[in-house]
Amino acid sequence: MSIGSVGFRTLFFKEMLRFWKVATQTIAAPILTALLYLLIFGHVLEGRVEVYPGVSYTAFLVPGLVMMSVLQNAFANSSSSLIQSKITGNLVFILLPPLSHWEILSAYVFASVVRGLCVGAGVFIATAWFAHLSFAAPLWIAVFALLGAAILGTLGILAGIWADKFDQLAAFQNFLIVPATFLAGVFYSIHSLPGFWQAVSHFNPFFYMIDGFRHGFFGQSDISPWTSLAIVSVFFAALAAIAINLLRRGYKLRH
Amino acid sequence: MTAIQISNVEKSYRAFKALRGISLAVEEGEFFGLLGPNGAGKTTLISIVAGLIRADAGSVQIHGHDVVADFREARKKLGVVPQELVFDPFFTVRETLRLQSGYFGIRNNDKWIDEVMENLDLANKADVNMRALSGGMKRRVLVAQALVHKPPVIVLDEPTAGVDVELRQTLWKFISRLNREGHTVVLTTHYLEEAQAMCQRVAMLKLGRVVALDTMPALLRRVSGAQLIVRLKSGGLPEELRHLIAHDERNNGNQYSLRVNDYAEVEPILARLRQSGAVIDEMQLQQADLEDIFLQIMEGSAQ
Repeated sequence: MSIGSVGFRTLFFKEMLRFWKVATQTIAAPILTALLYLLIFGHVLEGRVEVYPGVSYTAFLVPGLVMMSVLQNAFANSSSSLIQSKITGNLVFILLPPLSHWEILSAYVFASVVRGLCVGAGVFIATAWFAHLSFAAPLWIAVFALLGAAILGTLGILAGIWADKFDQLAAFQNFLIVPATFLAGVFYSIHSLPGFWQAVSHFNPFFYMIDGFRHGFFGQSDISPWTSLAIVSVFFAALAAIAINLLRRGYKLRH
Repeated sequence: MTAIQISNVEKSYRAFKALRGISLAVEEGEFFGLLGPNGAGKTTLISIVAGLIRADAGSVQIHGHDVVADFREARKKLGVVPQELVFDPFFTVRETLRLQSGYFGIRNNDKWIDEVMENLDLANKADVNMRALSGGMKRRVLVAQALVHKPPVIVLDEPTAGVDVELRQTLWKFISRLNREGHTVVLTTHYLEEAQAMCQRVAMLKLGRVVALDTMPALLRRVSGAQLIVRLKSGGLPEELRHLIAHDERNNGNQYSLRVNDYAEVEPILARLRQSGAVIDEMQLQQADLEDIFLQIMEGSAQ
C-alpha cells in the first residue's frame, strides 16, 4: 500500500469522524429543516399546483428538498472544516505531512459527498412518507446526487481556502450557495417562470443538478438529463481544476 | 550528510523583508540552535523549511530533497513542533496521534505512539479530549505529533515558551535521547541558557540575516571576558569607567555591570572606584555566557 493511499484514507476518515462526532448538528438538524419545508410548503400548495402531469406537488417537492440538502450539506462540510482549521491553526497538521494536492482535495470532497448523501438519505426517509414517489430511472438519481455533492464539496474547499473569517464564509454561503439552490427549481419548475427568469435559470448550474436528480424519480424533467449531465460534469471538472491549482500554489494556505 | 541545506532564502511580506538571503547548513546528528530577537525571521525560516510558507527566492533541502519540488520525501524526513499551541478539538490525544501517523502513511503505529506518550508523560491522558488538556499537556501532544513518523530531522519552534519546569525537563530528556540516537534537532528558543546547555552549534539571526554562525564553544570564546558586577554603597561610577558598562538588566540604580577582558583589569577598576570616593557594597565576577554574546552580537551587527 503506497503512502499516498494511507494518507488519503486517514484524512477522509478524519473528515468523516469530524462531522459524525457532531451528528446532531451536521445530520439531524438539516433533516428536520427539510421536513419543515415539506410540511409547510406541501400543506400550503398541495392540490393548488401541479408541476408535472400526474405528480402531486409534495411528490415533486421531495426530490428537490433531498437534493437541496445534499448540496448544502456537502458544501457545509468541506467549507466549515477548512475555515475552522485555518482559524484555529490546526490546518498545520495537514500541511506538514507528505499529503499530495490530490489526496487533500479528494479526501475533503469524498467526506463532503458522504455527509451530503447521509443527510439526503435522511431527508428522503423522513419525507417520502408524505408522498407517493416513483423511481423511474434510479441511476440518474445516484449520478446526480454524487456529482452534485462532489461539486458542492469542491465549492466548499474553494470557499474555505478563500475565506479568512467565518464572516466571509457565511457571506459565500448566504449570498451564493443558498440563493443558487433555492432558485434552481427546488420548489417549482422553471417552466412556471416568466421567460426572462427561465433564461437566467439556465445559467445556474444548480438547476441542472436538481433537474437531473428529479428526472431519476419521475422520468420527466425541464431539460434532458444528458444535457444536465454534460453541463454538471464540465462544471465539476472546472471547479476541481481550480481547486487543485490553488492547492498546488498554496494560495492562502502556504503563503 | 547534510540534514538541512538552506541556500540564499529570501522572503518578503509586501515591503517588509523578513529574510534577506539566508544560507546555512545543519549537519546530520547535530543539535542546532536558531536564535534571534522577535522579528528576526526564525519562525519564517522554519516555516519555509517545513513547507508552510513558500520562499520568494533560494531553496531548502532536507536530506537532499527539495522542500517544494520533492516535498513528499522532504516532509517524511521532517517533524515540526509549531510555536502556536494548536489542536483539533474534535479528537482525543490517541486519536490525534493515530491520525497524524496516518497522514504520514503509517498504519498500526500504536507501539511507537505509546512509547512517545510514555516519554512525554502523556500516557494517562491518552483518551482525554484535546479540549480538556492544560496548555502544558497540549504542548506535549504537539511534540508527540511531530514525532509519530520518527523523523530523522526534528524542528522545535519555541517548544518551552510558557511551560513549566517539569515539562521542560521531560522534553529535554526525551529530545536529548533522540539526538543521541542520531536524530538531528533544530531548536529556536528565547531561553538562552537552554540553548547554551543543549546546542552544539548556533546561528543567530537579526532582521532576516545570519549575524553569527558558530559552534557553541567558539561562540563562548568570542567574549573572552567576564562581567564585573559592583553595587556601590555610596558615590557613583567615575566617568572614565562608563564605557565599560555592559548593556544588560544587571544595571540598575547604583549597581553596574562592567565588561572586563581578564582578571588583571579588575584591580585598576577597583582602584579607580576607591580613588573617586565610591564605597563598594557588593561585588561579583561572572563569566560571560551565551546571553552576553547574544547581546553583543545583536548590538554590534549592522542594522
